[in-house]
Amino acid sequence: MIEAHHLTKRYGDKVAVDDLSFAVRPGIVTGFLGPNGSGKSTTMRMIMGLDHPTGGRATVNGQHYHDLAWPLREVGALLEATAIHPGRSARAHLRMLAEANRIPLHRADELLDLVGLASVAGQRAGKFSLGMSQRLGIAAALLGDPGTLIFDEPVNGLDPDGIRWVRNLLKGLAAEGRTVFVSSHLMSEMALTADEVVVIGRGRFLAHQPVAEMTAKSTASFVRVRSPQLERLRAALDKQGARTALADGALIVRGRDTEAIGDLAASLPVTLHELAAESASLEEAFMELTEESIEYHGTLQEPASGARR
Amino acid sequence: MSVTAADSAARPGAATLPGRYRAVDLMRSEWTKLRTVRSTTWTLGMTVLVGLAASGLATGVTRAHWAAMTASDKASFHPVEVSLMGAYLGGTLLLGILGILVVSAEYATGTIRATLSAAPRRPMVLAAKVLVFGAVTLVVAELAAFASFFLGQALLTAPAPHATLSSPGALRAVAGSGLFLCVVGLLALGISVLVRHTAGAISSYVGVILILPIIVSALPGSLQYQIERLLPLEIGSAIINNPAPDAFGPWTGLLILCGYTTVILALGAVFLVRRDA
Repeated sequence: MIEAHHLTKRYGDKVAVDDLSFAVRPGIVTGFLGPNGSGKSTTMRMIMGLDHPTGGRATVNGQHYHDLAWPLREVGALLEATAIHPGRSARAHLRMLAEANRIPLHRADELLDLVGLASVAGQRAGKFSLGMSQRLGIAAALLGDPGTLIFDEPVNGLDPDGIRWVRNLLKGLAAEGRTVFVSSHLMSEMALTADEVVVIGRGRFLAHQPVAEMTAKSTASFVRVRSPQLERLRAALDKQGARTALADGALIVRGRDTEAIGDLAASLPVTLHELAAESASLEEAFMELTEESIEYHGTLQEPASGARR
Repeated sequence: MSVTAADSAARPGAATLPGRYRAVDLMRSEWTKLRTVRSTTWTLGMTVLVGLAASGLATGVTRAHWAAMTASDKASFHPVEVSLMGAYLGGTLLLGILGILVVSAEYATGTIRATLSAAPRRPMVLAAKVLVFGAVTLVVAELAAFASFFLGQALLTAPAPHATLSSPGALRAVAGSGLFLCVVGLLALGISVLVRHTAGAISSYVGVILILPIIVSALPGSLQYQIERLLPLEIGSAIINNPAPDAFGPWTGLLILCGYTTVILALGAVFLVRRDA
């Protein structure tokens, strides 16, 4: 269980995370969505006790990260895949982490095996591809067999096989009853992996809901209706306050589901030739939620690529 | 799921282990970190090699030219100091750089976030680093000092004078230079905690060690001597038997140096706790 209570982080005048509150439950994969620069990584670093909140607090299993008895046995995190000394071998990297929390050293080799790095365990991590570093980072997160996992963009740099592997891993970890909190900018990936999503924009809380609900609520979800008496049906729907529009000879209805429209048509009566619900992709729903809060619009000059948030 | 399949019976979860991570766990971790990067082997090895090479060269050349040397040169010749000069100056630079890298490389690579995720009690992390790095440098610095001393004295054959460990002040100079290098290496480590960037930390360290004496030497005489004897390199010179007229005694000097290092490390601990990682 991860909880954020009015979590706030300011850098001078700039507010990176603004009064953010949410709870991440065990047993499911919770996605953490937001545009670039919306404060996802900062929030995760505050949960990990790496950055100090300006206000509010974050807890893991009811405790401040600082007070955990054996941090790596309770929380595993992948914050940046490349946060590994390039001169140190994969095995040595895991070993030094294991020793800090008295984790049996054989876990290091087991995990290198699990993530498919056993054959390069003794090689300097500087020679690893981004995908391999990502796998090493995941191995480090799982080292203490923790009940809570925090992943910042875990599929970055992975090939399609690797992405599928991470997706199954995350679902498997959640199915074992662990708390899995994973950020991603790939909406399509979240749609396949996450059960719930926490959405933020400009550091502010926007939504926390099941993925299915999020797409259903979106205005990008609509019902398409075809009927020989379309104008009559449209007038009735308009009178009820539904939003309607004509497109390609069909009526596009927002704000009413198929049942409501079918019942209304029967009561008029109006013959229906088509009554189909079109649900929005998570991506569309997300774009809609964050539209006003996107910090850097594409038309503006891109922030310097090396700039850190 | 195969994550726990290997030992689901003995799952290393938090509940199964009493107590809390301690400094000794972090020291084990720091020891692994230190010995698994090349810069450690390289700088430690070079410290011993530079010490030996400089000692061999200086004493060898002196011995070869002994017959041609003036009486006053012969009178001021100090066999202990000549044999230790390389280990002392080379070690100050090399062990200082290693002390800086032990911290700054964690920031440069991002490993610091893994370190502090494993051990969020930051002063304990710094203490573990200080203890492990201090112990390793002390051993290597003493090794470099003693090896340089013995090599140099062996090359100073008659008629050139040579010292033994029982010569007055010799043991103090040799063992003391090892201690000096350990403390000055920890000073560098502390500077690195404050500065966090390799280049910035090395500049600051070299500034304190090498540039500051040049600035001080431009001051008017009486003031110059008052300040000069407080500088790290002046303290070190007094330890290896080359005391300036107003220099502190070797042990007083070493205590003053320990004071600097303690202040810098304490400041480092405060900054480490307060700043975002």
